[in-house]
Amino acid sequence: MAESGSILGNAVVRLEDPALLTGAAKYVDDLASPEAARVVFVRSSNAHGTLVSVDVEAAKAMPGVIAIYHGSDDLGLPPFQSFPMVSESFNRPVFATDRVRFVGDIVAAVVAETNAQAVDAAEAVVIEVDPLPVIVSQADALSAEAPLLFPESGSNVCFGTAFGADEDPLEGADVVAEVAMVSQRLAGVPMEPNGCLMVPGEPDGGITCWISHQAPHSVQPALTAVLGLEPEAVRVVTPWVGGGFGPKANVYVEFLVAAAAAMQLGRPVRWAETRSENMVAMVHGRDYTMKAKLGLTTDGKIVGLDASVVASGGAYPALGAVLPMLTQMMVVGVYDIPKVRFEGTTVVTNTTPVGAYRGAGRPEATQLIERVLDVAADQLGIDPAELRRRNFLDPAAFPLVTATGGAYDSGEYAKSLDAALAAAGYEELRAEQARRRAAGDSVQLGIGVSAYVEVTAPLGLHTEYGAVEVHDDGTASMSVGTSSHGQGHHTAFAMVASEVLGIPMNRIRLINSDTAAVPHGSGTLGSRSLQTAGNAVFAASKEVLVRARQIAAHQLEASPDDIVTSEGGLYVAGVPSRIVSWEELAVASRDASLLPDELEPGPLRHEGDFDGENSTFPFGAHVSVVEVDLETGQVTMKRHIAVDDCGRILNPLLVRGQQHGGIAQGAAQALFEWVQYDKDGNPLTTNLMDYTVPAASELPSFEASNTETDSPRNPLGAKGIGESGTIGSTPAIQNAVIDAVSHLGITHIDMPCTPERVWRALQDAPGRVAS
Amino acid sequence: MIPASFDYQRASSVDEAIGLLSGAGEDAKLLAGGHSLLPLMKLRLASPSLLVDIAGIQELSYVRQSGDHLAIGSLTRHADLSRSEAALHEAPLLAHVAGQIGDPQVRHRGTIGGSIAHGDPASDLPAACLALNASFVVASPRGERNIAAADFFRGFLETELASDEVLVEIIVPTAAGAGWSFQKFNRRAQDWAIVGVAAVSNGSTRIGLVNMGPTPVRAIGVEQALGQGASVTEAAQHASDGLDPPADLNASPEYRRHLATVLVGRALEEAAQKKA
Repeated sequence: MAESGSILGNAVVRLEDPALLTGAAKYVDDLASPEAARVVFVRSSNAHGTLVSVDVEAAKAMPGVIAIYHGSDDLGLPPFQSFPMVSESFNRPVFATDRVRFVGDIVAAVVAETNAQAVDAAEAVVIEVDPLPVIVSQADALSAEAPLLFPESGSNVCFGTAFGADEDPLEGADVVAEVAMVSQRLAGVPMEPNGCLMVPGEPDGGITCWISHQAPHSVQPALTAVLGLEPEAVRVVTPWVGGGFGPKANVYVEFLVAAAAAMQLGRPVRWAETRSENMVAMVHGRDYTMKAKLGLTTDGKIVGLDASVVASGGAYPALGAVLPMLTQMMVVGVYDIPKVRFEGTTVVTNTTPVGAYRGAGRPEATQLIERVLDVAADQLGIDPAELRRRNFLDPAAFPLVTATGGAYDSGEYAKSLDAALAAAGYEELRAEQARRRAAGDSVQLGIGVSAYVEVTAPLGLHTEYGAVEVHDDGTASMSVGTSSHGQGHHTAFAMVASEVLGIPMNRIRLINSDTAAVPHGSGTLGSRSLQTAGNAVFAASKEVLVRARQIAAHQLEASPDDIVTSEGGLYVAGVPSRIVSWEELAVASRDASLLPDELEPGPLRHEGDFDGENSTFPFGAHVSVVEVDLETGQVTMKRHIAVDDCGRILNPLLVRGQQHGGIAQGAAQALFEWVQYDKDGNPLTTNLMDYTVPAASELPSFEASNTETDSPRNPLGAKGIGESGTIGSTPAIQNAVIDAVSHLGITHIDMPCTPERVWRALQDAPGRVAS
Repeated sequence: MIPASFDYQRASSVDEAIGLLSGAGEDAKLLAGGHSLLPLMKLRLASPSLLVDIAGIQELSYVRQSGDHLAIGSLTRHADLSRSEAALHEAPLLAHVAGQIGDPQVRHRGTIGGSIAHGDPASDLPAACLALNASFVVASPRGERNIAAADFFRGFLETELASDEVLVEIIVPTAAGAGWSFQKFNRRAQDWAIVGVAAVSNGSTRIGLVNMGPTPVRAIGVEQALGQGASVTEAAQHASDGLDPPADLNASPEYRRHLATVLVGRALEEAAQKKA
């Protein structure tokens, strides 16, 4: 290790930012390809119906049109299975053939010389659809009269999970708190919509697929299968990516169409999604209806939980369909709940498919348990923070396995809650609330608390590839199977490699997001990157250092144990004047004459897969302070206090950024965003006027801090931070809104807590004197 | 998000714009800031055959006091209006309203004339013009005429403007020292108002409402009640008298009626406080 102090734990500014701030960063649609044709998709404007005919004749005659593909001229693309755990009977025909199943379903693809020509020709494609009854909600899908979206499947239920069905978890309870709520459908809204550039002939006979994505290696098998090529002939690369948030972890059939068309036409094909297209074509998130009954003793000890969720998978089940599994695992949250019954069901509906979205299955669990706990606190007359504290899992019991099978690594939940309450000035806030209630103020104060635990590197994603190499010019490179798209991986991983090797961060490159440069990888999702690839880089760096020390010791005629690192190279401790530079070490590594006998010549490089053996479980506590205007129902966020524990912190600047973005997106669910459909399945929120993403004006300055509880599952002690803000903030804010009006007899308001919803709750409130 | 094809002409004077418009028929549209028209065109909800771009006509961008009124060129951008000394002094409501529209990008492109000519009931400036008893000067091959704001808005996105007429100036009676208030209720600062209330109190009280019907409208019921001596609370109960507010994702008609009552009450109270 270096003789100077450690870089780890310091707020190091991002290596990525100069390119982003100067506009040098290139996204998919920025990539030059003058010969590229444009593909534009013709999408169904009916939510559900029999596809009677597709007439492309007029469109084919339009200027610039190169080809039009549809059901009977479909490029030979087989039906696509979005997620392997769902029955193949729900597979998606790439082009709708006998029926359309959502507004946005692909009916045809127009390839033309220019984007404008493709758009004009797409307008000229005539689609005839005989409408069928439409399923929008979970209740629609499960009703006895519901039409079957996939008649051959025999049911609209595409996935189910259940736990503890035999015992009554509420037995012995003095009090049962109950809630029925929704976790509404959301859109990820990455700043950069979806897109791709498919370039045939590179490599020879194959294709290079530039896509905007979080996990290029996971797209390669799907492309390989439909193109009938060997894996090495299909190179998948992501350039700079303008946000993912989960939806860009999905494999999109649009990629398959564009790639197949490029191969057939023998020229590059480009797709650039518009925002209104993005709002129907990119997978959505959440969309759960949920119920919980929580049994407690009169002194506030939980005896059991009975919970059920119904998720909408959309028209073609994707990753979202199986997320109730994660909800089931995390539904007990941070609490010692001896008995649990859980049932999760996923149905198909005539809506955009649902995938992963920041939190993916865990926010729903936290929202449910944190909401029903507040209902219980209200019922028992116990302060919500105190009720939580009475039921926390014992920190001495870790590692532990919860009733629902969560293998929690480490946690000290009272620590983060106490820190959050102290930072908020909880007692003073309660006093101010009491004052306003007593005075009958027209603007009331709400204080919401949430304590959460989530799972990062979930679903078996706890292993990852990493390699580190020192080159002849003295620089180093790191290759990883994660795929940075805004998180700052270059900065984070370079800190790790620099810490071990001593090479300055700005002389360490990151190689990722390219199947031709990285042999395998699972991409960036589930807040997994630092704890997996970061540790892979850590391990590989250490192995490189071992070899480098052996080489240096040989040249300096010393013991490897006495060799220390510096920015420029290695030397014997105490003798910095005689340094073996990294340039010399890299060259020597391949030259048998410069190596000790026990070393084989070869690059100064190490690669390997890091295996964390299991997921990690970040936790924390949030306190939300809101004002509710009783006259209008308007909710204003006044403060948001977040104490998030993501294990040992590598770079507090990156952590803070994730907390802020996460809290903003969590607030968006609590108060603002909701993907809506009318009863005919027409999407109503297809632009950023109607889909109300909050901006800085709507949010307070966040008060974010951390506690640090190492994970024992990896040498860096790291847990994920990407989704914590989203998971912790939403229930705190929803609870705060309801807390502001709970003295009027209001026990629940569904999300998003819009002004009209709050106003309506106030109109119906038993304790409210009508104004 | 690509508009259908259209022809494009840039006018360098009002006369040239009028000439181009009258030669083109019903399908031509004026382009100023483009913040209402271009989104409609990109969604192909509007497909004009010809755009006559008047954004470069510098002579239509001004705010000046002229006797008993403020004269505002129709191409004055919202940002310029919001910072205009003359407007801040003689019609502070209008300057304030202009500073609340959309976001900074919108305020630096959008123009007062464009906002009024579009006739969107959800826009703030038309309601403010109603409260301020403004009038609009329009020019055509037949010469100029002056239309009172109260007579200008005819139906949803429909105004008194003929297809060959160009809105050139907004005339606002000066009212330094009048009480005024603008209550804009929305979920996000950048949004159109769910309901907005512009009130001017200067002897009598005039109130313009945003998003309470198919056109920008006056709260006649409130104005009359006040004239008959009603209290603020009583008068505010008449906020939606005779109105048919729309339903959309943000609010039901019922909620809009309630908001109008609350916001009119707040506007009247604030206007009374501000009155010199």
